[in-house]
Amino acid sequence: MAKITASVYTSHVPAIGAALDLGKTQEPYWQPVFQGYDFGKQWLKDNKPDVIFLVFNDHATAFSLEMIPTFAIGCAAEYTPADEGWGPRPVPKVYGHPELASHIAQSVIQQDFDLTIVNKMDVDHGLTVPLSLMCGQPEAWPCPVIPFAVNVVQYPVPSGRRCFELGKAIRKAIESFDKPLNVQIWGTGGMSHQLQGPRAGLINKEFDNMFLDRLISDPDGLASVPHIDYVREAGSEGIELVMWLIARGAMADVAGGPAPKVANRFYHVPASNTAVGHLILENT
Amino acid sequence: MSLDKPYMDVPGTTIFDAEQSRLGYHLNQFCMSLMKAENRARFKADERAYLDAWPMSEDQKQAVLSRDLNRCISLGGNIYFLAKIGATDGRSFQQMAGSMTGMTEEEYRNMMVGGGRSAEGNRVVGEDGDAQANHQPQGAAGRLKKEAVPLIDGTAPHPTTPGSEQ
Repeated sequence: MAKITASVYTSHVPAIGAALDLGKTQEPYWQPVFQGYDFGKQWLKDNKPDVIFLVFNDHATAFSLEMIPTFAIGCAAEYTPADEGWGPRPVPKVYGHPELASHIAQSVIQQDFDLTIVNKMDVDHGLTVPLSLMCGQPEAWPCPVIPFAVNVVQYPVPSGRRCFELGKAIRKAIESFDKPLNVQIWGTGGMSHQLQGPRAGLINKEFDNMFLDRLISDPDGLASVPHIDYVREAGSEGIELVMWLIARGAMADVAGGPAPKVANRFYHVPASNTAVGHLILENT
Repeated sequence: MSLDKPYMDVPGTTIFDAEQSRLGYHLNQFCMSLMKAENRARFKADERAYLDAWPMSEDQKQAVLSRDLNRCISLGGNIYFLAKIGATDGRSFQQMAGSMTGMTEEEYRNMMVGGGRSAEGNRVVGEDGDAQANHQPQGAAGRLKKEAVPLIDGTAPHPTTPGSEQ
């Protein structure tokens, strides 16, 4: 009864959050980045969801090496923006949707995906920067957010195939929730980047645009791309892109419905060390 | 049967797998402790004493003290954890990433503004890209290193400081 109406895909670069927080969005370096999200901000106002299911990765903030969950679903009522070493970002508290989140958890686990259930978790830039990009600097976020954290810190991260299948299971879970909620699913991280070693600074716009093309029109094929390809082509940290396949797997066409409408597509290099990619797909 | 590791021949890249994680557990957990402001203050006040409270190897402690991030990574450090040291020092992620390439901060920033590092020649060890081992350090530091070649009579020319030509 609840429905996924659209999926949003975006990078979650921490420097973007810092630029916004420090009032630098109109500087020549940053202006093109933020301009790329003007459409998305208006689109979100015009297409306000009841809940955002936000797929992201924690960057050694909420999770240290003490515990490394592969897939962690936030079932709490609220989440505090994290202090990542520079003080917490000056952004609103994130409110969750415990009822829908725990329904999704139960359904997805019963579809044989082994989720970790989290009831307390600070949320870092992986979650708050996408919200900032799509919402600006509001007093409060526009709706509840269900955080879904994926391990991309310690190899092996879940495969593209696993992520895509998980997306399908999440869609089924949402559609079996018996309130008529309008849900968006967001996939974040990437695009190509490498933050470590002599190969730091790697950017591959050919790979990134191939990824965007295939995400739209051949996501099942894209889900078969092995990790090593992401590492060689898109950088060790480019592996974050598998998370976009979770959101994509939840769209209607994957279950036999009509192809989604591409409402927006944006790409820009650089934002700090990273290629910025952004896509909005609407279920038709 | 050992684990399949197809990523061992990606140049200039260390994948943080189970082996690296085991090696670097205490190093990374030390970094994690710097998330708290009071720990950052204690570390800044006496780095050696703070490090000595952790069961890290002497090599790992030296790598942290000298802020040699590449060495930290080879000893099991993960960049997201090592970033907490950078935050403690007031350095941006871009500054930290740049330091692992041998480039100055400005050279690295210019590379990013110019479109970033190409994957050409940098996908597999043995190709000829700028991330390959035989091209380190990168940028001006690398050019200086190459220019310091002895002449036949044994006299090495002084490396030129950029901008000093007259």
